[in-house]
This record gives sequence, C-alpha cells and structure tokens, in this order.
Amino acid sequence: MTTTATRLGRFPFPFRDDAYRYSTNVEPARSAQRTAAGSWGERVIEIDDGYARELSLRADILERDPSRRASAPHMRAAEWDALNYCLTDLAASYPEHMTFTREGLRLRWVNDLQGLEVEATYGDDGSLPGGPLAFLATQIQEDIALLDQREGALWLDAGVVTFAADWSMGFDTGMRFLEIHGPVPRIHEEKIITRAHQFLLRMQPGDAYRRTNWTMSVDGRLDTSTETYPEWGPDRVDVVDDPALPERLHLRVEVQHLIRLPHSGAVMFLIRSYLEPLGALAEVDGWAGRIGSVLRELPDDMADYKGITRYRHRAAEWLLSRERPSRR
Amino acid sequence: MTSATLPVLRDGIDLLVTDVIERAGGIRSIGLVAPGGEELPGFTAGSHLVVGCGEKANAYSLTGEGLFPERYTISVLGQPSGRGGSMFMHRLAIGDTVRASRPRSAFVPVADARLHLLVAGGIGVTPILSHARAAATWGRHAAILYAYAPGSDAHLDDLENIARDAGFELVACEGRAMLSDALAAFLDDRPLGSHLYVCGPGGFMAHVLDQARDAGWPEERLHSEAFSATELDAGTPFTARLARSGERVTVPAGVSLLEALEGTGRAIPNMCRQGVCGECVLPVRSGRPLHRDSFLSDDERASSIMPCVSRCADAELELDL
Repeated sequence: MTTTATRLGRFPFPFRDDAYRYSTNVEPARSAQRTAAGSWGERVIEIDDGYARELSLRADILERDPSRRASAPHMRAAEWDALNYCLTDLAASYPEHMTFTREGLRLRWVNDLQGLEVEATYGDDGSLPGGPLAFLATQIQEDIALLDQREGALWLDAGVVTFAADWSMGFDTGMRFLEIHGPVPRIHEEKIITRAHQFLLRMQPGDAYRRTNWTMSVDGRLDTSTETYPEWGPDRVDVVDDPALPERLHLRVEVQHLIRLPHSGAVMFLIRSYLEPLGALAEVDGWAGRIGSVLRELPDDMADYKGITRYRHRAAEWLLSRERPSRR
Repeated sequence: MTSATLPVLRDGIDLLVTDVIERAGGIRSIGLVAPGGEELPGFTAGSHLVVGCGEKANAYSLTGEGLFPERYTISVLGQPSGRGGSMFMHRLAIGDTVRASRPRSAFVPVADARLHLLVAGGIGVTPILSHARAAATWGRHAAILYAYAPGSDAHLDDLENIARDAGFELVACEGRAMLSDALAAFLDDRPLGSHLYVCGPGGFMAHVLDQARDAGWPEERLHSEAFSATELDAGTPFTARLARSGERVTVPAGVSLLEALEGTGRAIPNMCRQGVCGECVLPVRSGRPLHRDSFLSDDERASSIMPCVSRCADAELELDL
C-alpha cells in the first residue's frame, strides 16, 4: 500500500513558477522529473495504489455509459499497436508482476496484480475479450485516445476515456485535434496549439513525449466528464464555504504521454490523472505558496475554462495563509 | 566527413547483411538483421531506412510489412552514374555491417481509405510492396499496377503471391507503350474514398498523377513517394554564405548543402533527406535556389530552400543562418 508520503513523492507537480500560462510544454518521456517531494516520470505507464479501485471504477462507468469507448473500423491496426506497446512497456516496468511474451503472432500476457493470464493472436480481435483496446483499458489506469493521421490532420478515431476532465469522448470522437481544442482560450492567438499539432504530425515511429496539464476536482472525483456534469457540477458551488475545503478540493494533474505507434502510425495519447487534496499538498515545502500564487494570478478566461472560478480565490487564500509560517 | 557523423545515423542502428539476392534489371535485394539478433523496431508500411553508404547516406524503402520484423529487406537499383550510394550497396557482401537510421515514415497508407490503388514504376515497386503486404495483413482492399521496363520485373512474383492470397487485382504493365491505356483503365470507376499511391522515377510519377488529375481525382487522394526515383545528379559546386556569422561554406558537386552545413558542426533538423518531409527547410536571403524538393509551395520557393536536395543556380547562396 502506498502511503500519503509516497503518493506525494510521485505526484507530478506541474508548476515551475508562481504564474501559469499555456505553453507547448512537451518533453521526452521516460526521464525523471524532480520535485520538492520526490520525483516522477521515469516510466510511461504508472501503477499505484489506486490500480484496483480505478480499474473497477472504469468498468462501472463503461457499463453505465458505453459512449466513453469508441473505435472506428479503420483503427484495428492502431488498437493492436497500442496494446502491444503498452503491455511491452508494463512488462519492462513491472517485471515482478507482469510478463509479456510473443511467438510469431501469439501473445501471452500475465498480470499477477489481477491474477490474470491471457493468450491472444495479434490482429484477431475475437481472441481478446472486448478486442485489444477495451482489454488494454482493463490493464492500465491511463485513459487512452488513438488519433489517426490523414489529410495533414490528426483525428480522434478510437479511445477509452472514463476519467475526462470536463470533456466528452463521445462528443469528440471523429473530430480533428485542432477542433477538439477549439474551446481552449489563448492557445490559438498564441499559436501554441498549431505548434503542438505540427510537432505531433512530425513525430516518428516509436517517439514518446509527455506533457502535463492541470485543473481541480472536488472530492477527488475522477469522472468529471461532460456526461456526468449534473452529478459533479453543484459540488463546485458547495465547496466554496465548506470549512472542509482543503480536504475536499483536489489539484488534478494530467500526465499526457504522446506516442507515435510504430506499426500503424497512429498517435496514442495516454492520459493519467493524479489527484491530491490541497491539505496534503500543503505539507510539502513550498507547494502551498506555489499553488496559491498560481490560483490567485491566473487570468479569468483561463480560470473560467478550467471551471475553477467559483472557488479558486478561496483556495488561494487558504494556501497562502498556510505558506506564511514556513517562510520565517 | 563520413556519413557516420550524420545525426540521423548517430541515433540509428548497426545492421548486418545476412542475404543478398540479385534480381532482374540490375536490382539487388539485401536482408539486414541486428548483429546480436535483437528484435528490430517495427515500422509503418511505406517506411524507409537512411543507410550510410560510405560518405553518403541514401534512403531506401523497406519492402516488408513492418509488423515484428525479424529482418529488414530493401531493394536497390544499381546506378553506375549516380552519386555512388547505390553502387556501395551493390558491393556489400554477406557479413558486412552498415549503419542505418531507425525506420522513418513519410509515405503512409490512409487507414480509412475504401480502396488503396498502388501504382509502382520500376524500382518504385519497393514501398508499394510494403503497402500491398500491409493491406493484405489488415484486410484492406487494394489493387496494384506495376509498370516496368521489358525484362526488369523485380518483385513481380512477390506481388503476384500477395495479390492471389488477398484477392487483389494486379495489373502488370511491361514497357511504356501500354502504360497510358492500362492506367486509364486502372483509374476508372473506382469507389469514392479510394486513395492512389504512386512511387517510381520522377517522370513516371508526374505522368501517373497528371493522368489521375485529368480523370477527376482530387489532390488529397493522391500520394507519391519520390525516394526510389533515380538519384539526383551531383550538381555544380557553389558557396553558401551564412549571413549571421559571415562564414562561407563550400558545397562541392555530389555533396548536398545539408551535408556541407553539417560538416561545419551545425545541427540542422532533418528527417527524410530526400526533399519530401520539409523538416530541414532554411531561409534564403539572396541567390537563386535550384529547387529539387517536392515539399515547398511556389510561394515558399522565393525565400526558402530544402538543403537536403536543392542547390544554387548562382555561384553563391546567402542563407539566414
């Protein structure tokens, strides 16, 4: 079991400054990033103490709402490519729990964490329960989006996304990368998104990069997709005057891996969401002040887009009040 | 400078020549494996390797399908009058080692195409073979037209086997006389959503693309790969003047502007080194570029150059570097 200290030690703290703006913040994958509490990022796929709970939550969500999963028929090769890439990566990262072997097109996957042993044939969709993409989504905590490249653009044509931060896989399926990011403020004027797009288009087979993004969630809720807005939207109001705000309000950081799959040529996004309550984050030297400053300084349009407008100043006040004693 | 210092090869892999097959028409197929028998990186259909050929580096299309490759196979047309890369490849013997890039992708199949029309001219058959194999593996619909000079039907047997097993239409077109008619029939009455891929010598590709346009094919459904076309001529020497540093760099015949700049220790971002990908584009201040790429738009040609293939019509080319 991972303790809070270990969780904080692995937390991908996203702020390098007291102010935050969008940027094309892409860096090579598989390199450790130091933080005040530890380090993160030496692996692509990360398993932590939320493994069983998050995968069971994903299964429930998919059962209730199959629109979180999509795959166009032409994405079969990309699905198998994604499966092979991720299982290979897992077996290399967690050899004590997982093995992945291949003989010709016969695949064998053993996952001790689930007491699971599976054999399948590469390219034969019927040989894996639910097909390769759905199966992969039962093995990793990351949400998966597969983008096909054609006509000089990237198209979101397959994915399993159960932990979306205020967006909808069902709505975005079949859209272009640039269309999906249409509502994000500032990134168009500043050409950030077109640069990111060019970068993605030119990624070569096997290239793996990552970036972080962040927002906030109330009560550590993972599923804040558009579909369930009626369930979580009101929390954003309730939390403002709740004395338990520091425990209820979570900083939510996404580590997004961008990988050019070698065989299909598809671009795979792995989106992993890490949530920690402000109360716990404030225990780390410097983090309360840093997060508080960012929340206080953030321009209104960005705060509105992130959906944190109602509570961000209250959160900033609390964080900055916590920071002062340690500055003596 | 040897090719081993090129960035694309520095991050590359050593490969051992395991087999050599001499084919019709002066084409030689070479099989390559990792020296220690390690697994080779998979690749997307239509990918190429940049291979160090002595002091040069040439791109060669991989003819395999790309899924869990046990070896890489390339086919090289010997061109005694070329820049020398092909003859280097024709002198390789089993047991020799070459330095190659990782597979690079610049001619990918369009995954959602309803039908893939694959058109090869001569040595341009190499990426088409890869595409045909991938289409067969993933149950995509494809039809193939292979045009070749009389007696130079390298890989026709491979295409026949793939087409038979996968149920693809295959048109073999020997000699030029029949090409226009065969092509007209091949392009006619295809379903909406078909994509055309062509690879071969420059003149051949221009002919195929023009005929497709005349037949009403929209530009976004046409895809071409120039790699396996004849090697570019060596060109005449010129001097590149780097405006910011004032430095002068001599570009001899047979050496690309990109290679000459890399020879001064500059790292110019680059990928295909064949005038296709657009990665190495540089701003031009003065001098008339002799454009030999297939990437830049007419607008861009006034003020940009792709140094991997293009040269200068004047004695001196001034770059904003």
